[in-house]
Amino acid sequence: MRISTGYGSRPTGGGFETFSWYFFRISGLALVLLVIIHLLLNHVTTDVACTSYQLIALRYRNPFWRLYDWLLLTLALLHGMNGLRIVIDDYVTTRGWRLLLQSTIGVLTLVFFLLGTITLITFQPVAGSLGPSCIG
Amino acid sequence: MYKGQSGMWSWLLHRVAGLGILLFLLVHIVDISLLGLGPNVYNEGIALFGTTIVRIVSLGLIAGVLYHAFNGLRITLIDFWPKGARYQRMMFATVLVLTIVCFVPMAYFVIAPVFGLPASNTAAGM
Repeated sequence: MRISTGYGSRPTGGGFETFSWYFFRISGLALVLLVIIHLLLNHVTTDVACTSYQLIALRYRNPFWRLYDWLLLTLALLHGMNGLRIVIDDYVTTRGWRLLLQSTIGVLTLVFFLLGTITLITFQPVAGSLGPSCIG
Repeated sequence: MYKGQSGMWSWLLHRVAGLGILLFLLVHIVDISLLGLGPNVYNEGIALFGTTIVRIVSLGLIAGVLYHAFNGLRITLIDFWPKGARYQRMMFATVLVLTIVCFVPMAYFVIAPVFGLPASNTAAGM
């Protein structure tokens, strides 16, 4: 493991690894804001026990929150799965295992991305029993 | 030298926190997808987050998120700010202080309902 000296540690070779290096930092900057606001909204200004179906229905009337949550989903998933890819790169040295694990990460990323995206796009509140609400 | 100094611990904590957050993210994507199964299923699922045990797990998650966020900013500063590497130790101390300072008030809001303490966040809309 090398220590960043601030000189020459930035990858300049181009290609996927350089893209990945920049993506970590750029998505990370965005995620700091997106995640901290998300935590404040769902654990501080509103207690987590109140993040009911009814609250989501209210929030998702505004497309802004769907877009916000989709950005959060996409950036966090790609940032996190890319991190897992680096961890596997570091510890798994067998060629076959690496291929298997990296492919699994690729498939899992796609599956979770689609699951989250479809949920966000298709959500239409159902009338009726909306469950507990703390909205006063 | 890298081993045993602040650089090793900041790196290790960053990695462990990152993996923990990723694991939670995958669980979270699944629990949010319960929205598609209607209000009853969703509310039953989300009710788990209000239990004492999951609130305690949430504290770990919040601490991990705050550390990973602030240390990520530190890494970015080391990479892009010419003096970043020189101040990396001081910045690591700052990261730890910021993590604790932000964690304590957030933790209060998360854990207060367990002890019936006033948190005044249960009636807020959004």
